[in-house]
Amino acid sequence: MSSERLDIRTSDDVVRVRQLTRTLALKAGLSLVDQTKVITAASELARNTLDYGGGGFVLAELIEGAGRHGVRLTFEDQGPGIQDVEVAMKDGFTSGKGMGLGLGGARRLSNEFFIHSKPGEGTKVTIARWK
Amino acid sequence: MAANVGTVAELVGNNEQTILPEWVGLQKKSGSLQTGRITEGELLSQSRDFLHLLRDGLAKGGNDAANPAYGPARQLLGDISRSRALQGFSPRETATFVFSLKQPLFNALNRNTTLSPTQAAELTWSTTLLLDELGIYTLEVFQKSREEVIVRQQREIAELSTPVVKLWDGILALPLIGTLDSQRTQVVMENLLQTIVDTEAEIAIIDITGVPTVDTLTAQHLLKTVAAARLMGADCIISGIRPQIAQTMVHLGVELNVVSKATLADALAVALERTGRAVTRLKNSVSGSGAHAKLSEKGQ
Amino acid sequence: MDRIPILKFGNALLVTIQVDMHDRLATALEEDLTAKIVEYNAKGVLIDISALEIVDSFIGRMLDNIAAVSRILDADTVVVGMRPAVAITLVELGLSLTGVKTALNVERGMELIKARLRTTESEEDDVEQ
Repeated sequence: MSSERLDIRTSDDVVRVRQLTRTLALKAGLSLVDQTKVITAASELARNTLDYGGGGFVLAELIEGAGRHGVRLTFEDQGPGIQDVEVAMKDGFTSGKGMGLGLGGARRLSNEFFIHSKPGEGTKVTIARWK
Repeated sequence: MAANVGTVAELVGNNEQTILPEWVGLQKKSGSLQTGRITEGELLSQSRDFLHLLRDGLAKGGNDAANPAYGPARQLLGDISRSRALQGFSPRETATFVFSLKQPLFNALNRNTTLSPTQAAELTWSTTLLLDELGIYTLEVFQKSREEVIVRQQREIAELSTPVVKLWDGILALPLIGTLDSQRTQVVMENLLQTIVDTEAEIAIIDITGVPTVDTLTAQHLLKTVAAARLMGADCIISGIRPQIAQTMVHLGVELNVVSKATLADALAVALERTGRAVTRLKNSVSGSGAHAKLSEKGQ
Repeated sequence: MDRIPILKFGNALLVTIQVDMHDRLATALEEDLTAKIVEYNAKGVLIDISALEIVDSFIGRMLDNIAAVSRILDADTVVVGMRPAVAITLVELGLSLTGVKTALNVERGMELIKARLRTTESEEDDVEQ
């Protein structure tokens, strides 16, 4: 299984995350709509990592299970973390300049979504999209 | 042990003249030919071919059905199961092919006087295991083929049941018929949006007269489609909403600006109006119906 | 820094977004468009996004902002050519861009803007009479 790590330090890196995700989504054979969904989710999460986490990295992997292929992305940062994950998942919640659709939107665009965050310990978000 | 199973191979080779008719007879007795899906000639040649391949397997592969020596035998069984699955045989009818071979084989073993009773019992047991294994394989292939048939049919139904039709220049209609699960709705909607692009249609009418019920998820999909079409620059009209469906939508708290009309005809009238067209009755058509009315008066 | 070119088209502006935009480019476009609307006294803004493979919440917000700003400056914004997959994803994301007008392609978008100009003109005629 191929996997790739990409640092997220500038807004150009957000573009790179989108491109990397597209390459993997094509390899996994996702439909056009599913490709678009996972790339958009990746863009939202990469921007979160940059804007709220103060930068970090993404680990992008091709995955396989039960005869299907898919893409899994793990975003990690060492930022301030999230006080209340439940609240942060709600649409309209934002602590910064966004529209507050990042986390909730990324979850709706993915088949799997995991988040782990504690104040002061950074944030880790994992999403997967299956064919 | 392997030498012993080799004995069975020899036995099968030498006694084909008695085993084959007995086996085919049993298959006929269990009704393999009754449905007329295969002829006696086919059954005979399938049985003979398998018996030969089984003999080769027994000679080289012992009693392990996974041994490569059984490859050709499994291949043949796979082909037979697959074709029977497609022909609509029941699992019982398909499995009988292998299982009914036991009796003629054991009879042949018992007739062989060179074997001691212990040897005969041992061989019976190991042959039972082998045939059980091959029988299970037959069923697995059968099951898998049936599933493939179902998947193919689902795909065909999905394609057949999602026609996007052009009603007028720039006006599309999507007549939905049958139950809408959310997966089918998704396929239908993607199809509609793509057709909007391909035909540059400004208005799409989604007619759900033929949809008996709409669950919450489906209603949401419908509304999402309307929203997506609007983002692309096309308007949607929903027509033929049944009373219960209207209630579902209200309970969903639907506040999207969805234009809905009672019938497809009403929706088409709105669509024509919005694209700057009107339908008028032709003069001679009016006089034609008048003439008709006169005729029926005369008749009375 | 590279910028996205803005074309003048009668009294409308036309922007064709052809690159995978990073956030600074999007912000710059928002500023440039605002300046050009005032400079040319434009009555309409056409944003062609038919080449865009994704629109995330940042670009969505940019489109929303441009529409809102141009409305204040008395210009109509029409976003044209959004792809089906992009539209489906945006709706799923929770963005319906209700303040933004849309059209299937540049031609239709231009018709929308012209239609609005005609009604404004006839209203003005009414006032004169």
